[in-house]
Amino acid sequence: MNRRFSCLLAIGFIFFCSRTWAALVVEITKGQADAIPIAIVPFGTPEGSGALFDVAQLVSGDLARSGRFKATDRKDMIEQPHSGAAISFDDWRRLNNDYMVVGQVQPLGQDRFNLTFELYNVLTHQRLLGYQFSANKPGLRLAGHQVADMVFEKILGIRGAFATRIAYISVLGSLPHKDYQLIVADADGENPHVVMQSNEPLMSPAWSPDGQSLAYVSFEGRVPSVFVQALKTGERRRVSAQAGVNQAPAWSPDGTKLALTLSTRDGNLDIYVLELASHALTRITDDPGIDTEPQWSKDGQSLYFTSDRAGGPQIYRVGTQKGDKPRRLTFQGSYNARPRLSPDESQLSFVTQEDGGYRIATMDLRGRGDVQVLTKGHFDVSPSYAPNGAEIIYASRDRGRGVLALVSADGRVQERLVSSEGELQEPAWAPF
Amino acid sequence: MKRIVSIALLMAGTVLLSGCPKKHNVMEPPTAGSQVPGSSGATGDAASASSRAFGSDAATQGANGMGADATGPLARKVIYFDFDKSEIKPEFADIVAAHARNLTGHPGLKIKLEGNTDGRGTREYNIGLGERRAQAVRRALMLQGVAESQLATVSFGSERPAVEGDDEAAWSQNRRVELVYAP
Repeated sequence: MNRRFSCLLAIGFIFFCSRTWAALVVEITKGQADAIPIAIVPFGTPEGSGALFDVAQLVSGDLARSGRFKATDRKDMIEQPHSGAAISFDDWRRLNNDYMVVGQVQPLGQDRFNLTFELYNVLTHQRLLGYQFSANKPGLRLAGHQVADMVFEKILGIRGAFATRIAYISVLGSLPHKDYQLIVADADGENPHVVMQSNEPLMSPAWSPDGQSLAYVSFEGRVPSVFVQALKTGERRRVSAQAGVNQAPAWSPDGTKLALTLSTRDGNLDIYVLELASHALTRITDDPGIDTEPQWSKDGQSLYFTSDRAGGPQIYRVGTQKGDKPRRLTFQGSYNARPRLSPDESQLSFVTQEDGGYRIATMDLRGRGDVQVLTKGHFDVSPSYAPNGAEIIYASRDRGRGVLALVSADGRVQERLVSSEGELQEPAWAPF
Repeated sequence: MKRIVSIALLMAGTVLLSGCPKKHNVMEPPTAGSQVPGSSGATGDAASASSRAFGSDAATQGANGMGADATGPLARKVIYFDFDKSEIKPEFADIVAAHARNLTGHPGLKIKLEGNTDGRGTREYNIGLGERRAQAVRRALMLQGVAESQLATVSFGSERPAVEGDDEAAWSQNRRVELVYAP
């Protein structure tokens, strides 16, 4: 937790002078009917400590945004206890709350705060969690996300992913003068920072497994190259600038290699593995069709990818050892592309064509390979799993504008992240 | 914006007067164009206006001394494609042939073929489709005698649309290969 926090601070420091954009606003477009009712009581602050960051509001927003919780409106709270001893459980039960969170924020001198919180089961009066954090002022936001993570995990048994980050591309301006930005923000869209800016396209951001670096494609100089950029220092390295195509970087699980797409002189796209330390290249696929959009399996032994070797684009899997033959995985429909593996490898998310629209689908990898189409848009692309596998963030279009959207991996909850500016593309959810 | 307007005018079969300050064009009223896809379009010698709707290669005409052909197929530097296709349609054969003649006649010239797709589908797969289109033009030029060393390709996939929009009117303008002469 500390490591992530200092990392966030470093990013903020390095890019403090770069322009940042208005944070994203979340609109829940489809909720879950059986959401769990929970009350997040406003946290207590000492008299005269002024307006402090509203941690309870943030926790409440996170939990509601997951679609799995229904946060009780503050207007309906008769009293506002700040510790377990002060709770009249019967009153809270009458308001139909299953759970409640109480807490306090205490200033500890100059820019230092002590945050305590407790989670209670309203029915049994049982104290399920009780924790204490210390944080500086900007750190209170992160601490709030961590409270939400702990509550989420305690009640649902699924690790929370509220205190994580996302990367995405934002395109500003109008033709022919566009400004492409690679942005890193908190998972709720707050705290956006521009980490790279160009007047030529940027695309395909991919997080290193340790969350410290991003690989991406930049067309600076009007040719594509793959770069790796360290977030703490801002230092960037051009790791692939072969003649022709340099695209679709994907980190190996151990962070030592990138799978990427390169082309031969006559324009045949195939998948290669680049060893970052030695720059050694290994060719993985060799087919006259387009082979691209690789993604590693967790054991680093195989790659999922898109290929149109059989006509339209379909998803295949191939072993990374020499001579392995790709095996086709998708058979339903004429367009299935850009596979992403869920963190537990139980399902694959990808883009499928249905009724003329491009939509986000999942395929069950453990059972019979059932396919479920999760979205209903016309231009839904670029799915990326939350590190806990509960949600998928993707790029969509809304009234002619590029937006980011979220769908739970079971398709039951959907929401849109609306930015006041720019075309948003290619979200990539960071690891824990 | 100017680019969008230019394209619209081109599609209407009109030759657009150049607004480029760098060139010394004789500004005359628009002539009936040879810009409609499918028209024979090879006789643009009478026109003196120059189209700047596409491409960013002010060097072409200066470099090859063929400025008199400014509205002919050589002045046209964009080839459009059908959805999900990379075959060069017959109506663009004269453009390819004119550039092939220009390149074989001027071995010092170099050209970059920039492949693009419309905004549908996944971005990285679109890079592949754009490359396939650029390669189709490259092959056609080589078949007509252009040296491999004069040709380069790049694919922008759906990252550099010519026209914004989520409809076929925009998409048909974006599925293209732009022929860009090196300065």
